[in-house]
Amino acid sequence: MANVPADLKYTREHEWAKRDGDRVRVGITHFAQEQLGDVVFVELPKVGAKVTAHQAFGVVESVKAVSDLFAPISGEVLEVNSELPQKPETVNKDPYGKGWMILVKPSNAGELDQLLSAKQYEEFVAQGAH
Amino acid sequence: MVPFGGWDMPVQYSGIVDEHRAVRAAAGCFDVSHMGEFEVEGPQALAVLQRLTTNDVGALEVGQVQYSLLCHADGGIVDDLTVYRLGPERYMLTVNASNIDKDWQWVTEHGGSARWRNVSDTTGLIAVQGPKAEALVGRLADTDVTRVAYYHAAEGRVAGARCVISRTGYTGEDGFELYVPAAETPRLWSGLLDGGSGDGVVPVGLGARDTLRLEMRYALYGNDIDATTNPLEAGLGWIVKPAKGEFIGRDAIEKMRAAGPKRKLIGLEMADRSVARHGYRVMKDGRETGVVTSGSYGPSVQRSIALAYVASADAAIGTELGVEIRGQIKPARVVKTPFHPSRVKK
Repeated sequence: MANVPADLKYTREHEWAKRDGDRVRVGITHFAQEQLGDVVFVELPKVGAKVTAHQAFGVVESVKAVSDLFAPISGEVLEVNSELPQKPETVNKDPYGKGWMILVKPSNAGELDQLLSAKQYEEFVAQGAH
Repeated sequence: MVPFGGWDMPVQYSGIVDEHRAVRAAAGCFDVSHMGEFEVEGPQALAVLQRLTTNDVGALEVGQVQYSLLCHADGGIVDDLTVYRLGPERYMLTVNASNIDKDWQWVTEHGGSARWRNVSDTTGLIAVQGPKAEALVGRLADTDVTRVAYYHAAEGRVAGARCVISRTGYTGEDGFELYVPAAETPRLWSGLLDGGSGDGVVPVGLGARDTLRLEMRYALYGNDIDATTNPLEAGLGWIVKPAKGEFIGRDAIEKMRAAGPKRKLIGLEMADRSVARHGYRVMKDGRETGVVTSGSYGPSVQRSIALAYVASADAAIGTELGVEIRGQIKPARVVKTPFHPSRVKK
């Protein structure tokens, strides 16, 4: 399995979450962008919106398909990546870096611990469960 | 890989956008062997084809190719196809893979007085498309392909494989479609890719085949045209030739021509990059005016584009419409097609 940074947490829907002080940054995994193919459109919530763990917070469209984005944790959206509407291909090029999607102030930081570790996510993907 | 008409087809090799751009900038090779081919010959062949198809087969010289339709009596489309005149009384029809069985039944039922052969299983088909296609095929061919004009075909060997070399395609670029005995397809395929590797020639999957044809507004059977759509509303009136005489569907199509089609297949450009997909509703001032039949990001036009049937009153270039995407009406405008300029060698 290629690219699963050890310091991130993961969902079974192929999002990653990264603790950033008391905030959490969210994006989709390398595996997800590879499966989607060329990303052509990303629809994100507005700053101030509330997101709920395991529920859709946005949409990513590739040439092939449209997929929901699921929130790894609940909380309030503090920032969205404003580059993505103009440069959605950034999600393919740098899914863990410049291709991040939202920055969340968690309402329950404990939810982060319930996510998959890098090792668990790697195993999950290796089992072909997607 | 995805299943398509009983074949396992690659959606992409390196990536849809990369492959699309390679075809527009250099050339791409498409294995479209899944397409169907029927041969028909004998003294009755011309009369039978005139009755089955909408275009004028009588206008074809030997070695010439024609885009055409099979229609139902009510004008609905059975399939779109190309008709090759290979000899004085010998023709080949290339049909969509998903329609091979239906078409075979149709042509033999309504054209049974001629000798038909379904050669789909023994015929491979490789398309080579892009500005570098002519040079590539020319280097590998034992015949002068620069003398094969647009919508013409010639026999020859390419990379040692026996081919019908046809200057046709589904991308809007110059290039060829090479019909080859199935057993010789691998040799042709690797010969083309090896011979073109220094020129940036790449293999291309179904994904980019779709975005390339969409930018040209070429119809895809099952998406943009089918038994419920007629040639006039699909913008295919130019391949319906009532002056040639009787053919299946003629009366119904001519009645529609007199009345004018109620709806038209038009090109849409989305204001943002959200994708208008097949089946999404098209709205005008809060009421439904039609439906999207194909839509994607267009890698060459770098916008989200779509084809849609809309009421004829809403079909004029520049009309502001909306597409309902996930419950929201997204602005779209009717634009001229093709979305990207054609570079075929007319």
